[in-house]
Amino acid sequence: MSGHDYDAVNYWKANLRLIFGSLIVWALVSYGFAILLRPMLAGIPVGGTDLGFWFAQQGSILTFIALIFHYAWRMNKLDEKFDVHEE
Amino acid sequence: MDQFIINLLFVGGSFALYIGIAIWAKAGSTSDFYVAGGGVHPITNGAAIGADWMSAASFISMAGLIAAGGYANSTFLMGWTGGYVLLAMLLAPYLRKFGKFTVPEFIGDRFYSKNARFVAVACLIVASVTYVIGQMAGAGVAFSRFLEVDSTTGLMIAALVVFVYAVLGGMKGITYTQVAQYCVLIIAYTIPAVFISLQLTGNPLPPLGLFSTHVDSGMPLLEKLDQVITDLGFRDYTADVDNKLNMVLFTLSLMIGTAGLPHVIIRFFTVPKVADARWSAGWALVFIALLYLTAPAVASMARLNLMTTIYPNGVDGQAIEYDERPQWIQEWEVTGLIQFEDKNNDGRIQFYNEGNPEFADEAEARGWEGNEFTYNNDILVLANPEIANLPGWVVGLIAAGGLAAALSTAAGLLLAISSAVSHDLIKGAFKPDISEKGELLAARISMAAAIVVATYLGANPPGFAAQVVALAFGIAAASLFPALMMGIFFKRINNKGAIAGMLAGLGATLVYIFIFLGWFFIPGTNNLANTPDNWLLGISPLSFGAVGALINFAVAFAVSHATEEPPVEIQELVESVRYPRGAGKATDH
Repeated sequence: MSGHDYDAVNYWKANLRLIFGSLIVWALVSYGFAILLRPMLAGIPVGGTDLGFWFAQQGSILTFIALIFHYAWRMNKLDEKFDVHEE
Repeated sequence: MDQFIINLLFVGGSFALYIGIAIWAKAGSTSDFYVAGGGVHPITNGAAIGADWMSAASFISMAGLIAAGGYANSTFLMGWTGGYVLLAMLLAPYLRKFGKFTVPEFIGDRFYSKNARFVAVACLIVASVTYVIGQMAGAGVAFSRFLEVDSTTGLMIAALVVFVYAVLGGMKGITYTQVAQYCVLIIAYTIPAVFISLQLTGNPLPPLGLFSTHVDSGMPLLEKLDQVITDLGFRDYTADVDNKLNMVLFTLSLMIGTAGLPHVIIRFFTVPKVADARWSAGWALVFIALLYLTAPAVASMARLNLMTTIYPNGVDGQAIEYDERPQWIQEWEVTGLIQFEDKNNDGRIQFYNEGNPEFADEAEARGWEGNEFTYNNDILVLANPEIANLPGWVVGLIAAGGLAAALSTAAGLLLAISSAVSHDLIKGAFKPDISEKGELLAARISMAAAIVVATYLGANPPGFAAQVVALAFGIAAASLFPALMMGIFFKRINNKGAIAGMLAGLGATLVYIFIFLGWFFIPGTNNLANTPDNWLLGISPLSFGAVGALINFAVAFAVSHATEEPPVEIQELVESVRYPRGAGKATDH
């Protein structure tokens, strides 16, 4: 598949950048806010407990959904921009 | 109406629906059988993945685990959802572009090695068979409780129903049946939760009710729960965890394991386009989240309701008298999953944490001579409507929902097993010239055989249910996920690196699990007691899958860079899966 007529290198780089950014957020809300950084967030009250507890039981899941839809939306745009989308 | 008749109506009605769908969606070709002809809409596929993924463990066990562990068991919530982010970005779209039927097929082609394919088949079969045993056993328990038959009979009915719709319909039948099962299980899970949330907090949405005010006490619900259980010597529900390394690794193992489980991955081969594979992952997580956002509310509310039932006058007052215990306690006592022993002979049910030395004085002062009440975590969701005094039809609904969760996952696993046997072993190795008709027959026979094996093991469980799940996730995390990801993202990884990596990751994980849980789970053969003091750096055997994955990556890189580059055509194959253009239907050549 060598000799594409599209900018394959930059398409893949843009994809990797998007994945990298998404995984930073993914790790931050789950391993960060919900587990390791929970003591730092202990001062922020949420309905009888603290923000870290909310991230552990609800916040991470909601963020994961947003991340996947954001990724799908951006990638489908990139597919068109670099003209690698399916007919 | 008698509760037994109500249960029969709900369970029988839902089964009739599944079989009707299977007859309507009968598979005619191998493509129909393995990937539903590749024509499933992303939202439909999302709901099917939701039912496929949410097993008896999610439906029946998870809320009970969270109720018992509080914050510490949030790991299940994050671990079993976070894997979908990895799937959507690192695996699903590229494997869809690759366009083959099975996971071992990708590994075999990408690493240009039949041996790599066989290692993948072995990992897939061990992970899926161990997983399916739990589903069959779970279905057996639900049947025996709600249809009042013995659990072996229950298991036989479950096996028969799965046989009809999975063997007949293949992926096509399973996909549409699973959409129906998703609807049944999510309605069954949320309706009792809405009622209970309304009773306790006045808020009809359980995820919001969890953080609302408890109507009877005027305190926030979680604060009230913390107070009630600490007054009985239990650990604070929202308390932080000391061993954070283990918590992180356990969550990571569940996430990587989720992304590496073959029965979930093959679902992304059924959508028409690469873009649809991305959307599908998002929709799947939306459908899964409806249950996963409800589960922590169910957990805390059920724990509070349980305490209120046993201490009707508050935890400072007298416990309930055994003779006045509610009907549901009597019924669960019959199954042995609730036990009562009147240690101080006062005829009351004292339920407290006897293992807490700081609480011992108070217990003595109140004339208590030990905890008298034990319950199995798994009954919490099933007994939940009865604990909250909800009407009989809700109980019937829960029965149908629990069975939908167990059967839908069992069917998905059986399909992954049968496609690995018929497509990767029989067609891939022993009889490459087999006709499509012959392959379809082989797929159906291997699925029937897998059902027989799973039913036998479900009826005679080897007695290590919890460990089995750890094994399935450990194998998926340590072997399959890294191989798939490296196959897409790192062109330099060659056949030797991939095989060495999979074997090293798998070997290290298995050895670590066996050292603490017994070699091949044979009781008494463990080298070290399974206690936190013995664990390497405090890492539990259940969390070791993440370490196994790291070992897999490291070994694969080292070996690949020490040996030759992969051939040019393989590098071009990797190049081609990265770009969506030209993805046809999933095919077998």
